[in-house]
Formats: sequence, C-alpha cells, structure tokens
Amino acid sequence: MKRFHHRFGHAAGDGFLFLMGLVSVAPLLLVVVNAFKPHAAIVTDPLSLPTSFALTNFRSAWVGGQFSAGLINSLLLTGTTVLVTVAFAALAAFPLARRRIAAWKLVSIYFLCSVTVPIQLFLFPLYFIYARLGLVGNVFATAFIVAAINLPLAVLLLRTYVIGIPSELDDAAHMDGASPWQTFWHVIAPLMRPGMVTVAVIVAMNAWNEFLITSTFQQGSTGFTLTLGYRALTGVMAADRGIMMAGACIIVLPIVVLFLLLQRLFLEGMTAGAVKG
Amino acid sequence: MKATTLRQGGWRYFPFLLPALLLSAAVVLVPGILTVLAALTDWDGVSAPVWNGFENFRDLAADFTFWRALFNNIQWGIIFLTVPIALALLVASLLRTRRRSYAVYQVIFLLPYVLSPIANASIWGNMIFDPISGVVGFLQRHGVPLVDPLGRVDSALYAVASVDIWHFWGYLTVVYFAAMRQVPADQLEAAYLEGAGPWQIFRYITLPNIAPTVALMFVLTTIFSFLTFDYVYLMTGGGPARATELLSTLAYGFAFRTFEVGKAAAVALCMSLFGLLAACAYTFMSRASLRR
Repeated sequence: MKRFHHRFGHAAGDGFLFLMGLVSVAPLLLVVVNAFKPHAAIVTDPLSLPTSFALTNFRSAWVGGQFSAGLINSLLLTGTTVLVTVAFAALAAFPLARRRIAAWKLVSIYFLCSVTVPIQLFLFPLYFIYARLGLVGNVFATAFIVAAINLPLAVLLLRTYVIGIPSELDDAAHMDGASPWQTFWHVIAPLMRPGMVTVAVIVAMNAWNEFLITSTFQQGSTGFTLTLGYRALTGVMAADRGIMMAGACIIVLPIVVLFLLLQRLFLEGMTAGAVKG
Repeated sequence: MKATTLRQGGWRYFPFLLPALLLSAAVVLVPGILTVLAALTDWDGVSAPVWNGFENFRDLAADFTFWRALFNNIQWGIIFLTVPIALALLVASLLRTRRRSYAVYQVIFLLPYVLSPIANASIWGNMIFDPISGVVGFLQRHGVPLVDPLGRVDSALYAVASVDIWHFWGYLTVVYFAAMRQVPADQLEAAYLEGAGPWQIFRYITLPNIAPTVALMFVLTTIFSFLTFDYVYLMTGGGPARATELLSTLAYGFAFRTFEVGKAAAVALCMSLFGLLAACAYTFMSRASLRR
C-alpha cells in the first residue's frame, strides 16, 4: 500500500513538473509559431501552425526595428560592460580577499550594501548630469552605468574565488620579491580565470537584457540597442503581430543559444551568490 | 603578527581598489547623495533647483496616487513572497528525486529568466493577454468568459504579476535546488529508513538545512518587490487608472513625464527607505561571508 502511494506520488510529481515545463515553454513556442504567420492568420487562431516558413516577417522586423544598428550598439554595450565590470571587480577582489588594506571590511560592507541599492536612488540626478555633459546616447558612457550596477555582486563573487586560492602562493611570490601587481598578474589572475568567466557570462546576460538604464540613457534611434529597436517597432508595426513575433525571435535567439551552450556557467553564476552553506 | 606586517604595505594595494571605488562613487554614491538633496528642492532637471524643504514629502502625503502606489507595492510584495517561493520550494523538492531529468527541467524553467523583459512583456501582451490577437481573445471568441486582463482595473496588477512570476520563479527554483543538493544524503536516508513521509522529510530535514538560503531569498525578494519596474512599465505603464502604479513607475513619471525631479527624488527616497530595512537584513545575513 505504501509502495502504491509512493508510486502514485511520483507519477503526480512527474505530471506537475511536466505541466510547469509546459507553462515555461509554451509562450515561447507561441512566438516561434506566429513569427511565420501573417497577421490575419494570427487573429483568426493564434494557436494554428504556420502554412509556410517564408522569412518575410523577419525581414520586415529587421528593417523596421533598425536591427543592424541595434545589433552593433548591443554588442558594444555588452562588451564594454563586461570588460569594465570584470576588470574592475577582479582588481578589487584581490586586496579585499587577502585583507591587505586596513579598510577591507568597510569597503566590503560598502559593496554588500550597494548590491541592493535601488536604481531610482541615483538615476534622476545621474541622467541630468549626463545630459549636461552631452553623454546621453553614448553607448560607452551608458555601459559604465550598467557596469557600476553589476560591480558590487561581481566584486563579492570574485572575492570568494580569491579566498579559494591558497595564500601560500602569494606569500611565496612576495618572498621572491614580486610586487603586488606582479603577484596579481602572474599568480592570482590566472587562477581566478574560471570565476571571471562565470561573472562575465552573468554580466553579459544582464547587459544584453537591460531595460531601465538603456531606455533612459540611449534615447534617439541612433543609440538604440537591439531590445530598444524592438520596442520602437511596437510603435511602427504594432498592428502586425507576425512581424512583432519575428522581431521577438531575433532578439531572444542569441541569448537562448548562449544559454543552451553555456548552461553550467549560467547556473553557477546565478546560484553562487545566493546559496549559503 | 603576520597580518600586521602584511598590512604595513597596505597603500601599495590601494590602487587595486581605485577603479571599482571611483566607478561606484561616480555612478551610485554621488548621484545618490544628490538625490537626497534634490528631494528637498523644486527642480525641473534643467533650471537651477530651488530649496523648498519638505514640501515634496508633504505633497506626496496628500497625493492619493502615492498611497495607491505604495499599497500596490505592498500587494506586489505579498504576492511575490508567497506564490513563487511556495512554487519553487515544491518544484525543487520534486527535482531532488529526479536523478536524470532534473538537468533538463532546470534549463527549461530558467529559459524565461534569461530572456529580456522587453521580449517577455511583448510576448505576453501581444500573444496571450491581447483581446484581439492573443490566446485570451481566441478563447473569448470560442465562448470562454475571459476579459482583457491588462485593461481591467481589478485584474491588471495580477496579470502583470503573473508574467513577472513566470519569468522569475525558475530562478528561485534553481537556487533552492542547488541548496537542497547540499543537504547531507545520510540524513535523508536515515529519515527515509525511519519511515518519514515526503512532507516530514521536507519539514524536518530539508527545510532546516536550506534555511539560510530561504531566508536570504526572502529578504532579496522583499527588496526587489519594492524596486520592481520593468514589467509594469512595459506592460501597462501604471494603468489602467493607476491600477498597477508602483512607486518606481510613479517616480519615473515624475522625473521624465512631468519633470518634477524633486518629487521623483522624494519618491525614490521613500522606496529606498523600505528597501533599506530589508537591505540591512541582507547585509547582516551576508556578514558571515566576510569572516572567512
């Protein structure tokens, strides 16, 4: 009897997991299916399968959303953000982990606090400062803001990575007369690389998907990222849901492919800061 | 002794901290302090700000919209502290007993989380909730009594929240699952051999073991529910009739629609205050990680 209950419970669990999986994926399938359909067919039945696989919707979305320019801006924004965040965080993680500076605790607490600082707390003055300096619409200037937002968590994650590196290694380097910079560059940084890759993946995802900062600071269509171009498409092509869904396919495809290829890094980066032993 | 000798050359390590500290000061700290000052002024963002003491706060206290937004934020917080957390704990426990399929499920549940809010909001808005082109409209035409979920005052907040939960719950699940995998196997085995049922195992073995993670995610969820912006702004913009207005969308509207930047700063400070209480708890809980 108990065994029966156990089996029944397991089957019910399987059913529930399958249902939740369906809930997660179904809206995305809806996008793919409707990206190939003309608007009229979507209105009649959004659940029907497409009758052809012509790429006309994709072409219209690409042109209407100015995706060529958006792609370049998105790549520049994401690349700069990742570079700045990882470099600055890796440098800061070293003395904080090794407690080389008397104020290490104060600085660590500052970063701990700024993990949860609301963007709105600094957004409004920052925007008007940027406007006065003529930096609104400058992808690189915007990337520095996104980097600053991602920085605290990156510092804290990389700090734990450095703690995992035996400090005998830098003591030995110190004995051999290595300067702090040489110790960092030749001993710590190479061993930190797996941590830096994990942080880079998570920061890249955040930068690629970012909305609040980019929509505020990348105004004017020349500064649009891929996602902002897609949003502008809503104004032009909102009537045609087929084109909208083709556009959605285009902007989510890179991140889906990256996620499927680098699952383990994504999972590691997402759980690293949250799972407490 | 050793620690002090190492710290004597501390200034040589300061340059390592400089880039991170400068960036954070320029983007977060200084503008953050300016926000506190701006909250005490009448400022349109362009001309010179004029001191007006606590008038912004007095205005807000008398503004029905502000209280509406605060109430919505609290409602939003309650929804997020119950539905996704319960769902994630349940699903994570189920995944524990799936030795092979868990990896596939993890990826599937995380898929919405890695996509951009703009794409997710557009997918749900156009293909599901839309009364003309969405699944809701399709069902409506086939006799299911559904109404436009985003267009109605009494359902809009729940409709937006359900999209945000759809995107967020998988992340929680993965975090809880990672914590559950660290529960010692011998404890689980012993409980099972003693005849404990799934609920008893969860309640007396799993939950105490993952309590730090559960508590941390509880605090983070509280903070982020006060900061929620993307999905509401993208799907309803705070409407219809302020039914989904949150403090974050209200502040944004003040700053960039009506150019009452002082008022926007005041709302931002209120948001931060609520977040601050939770942030103190977060810092307190994470301080153990600094001891290592």
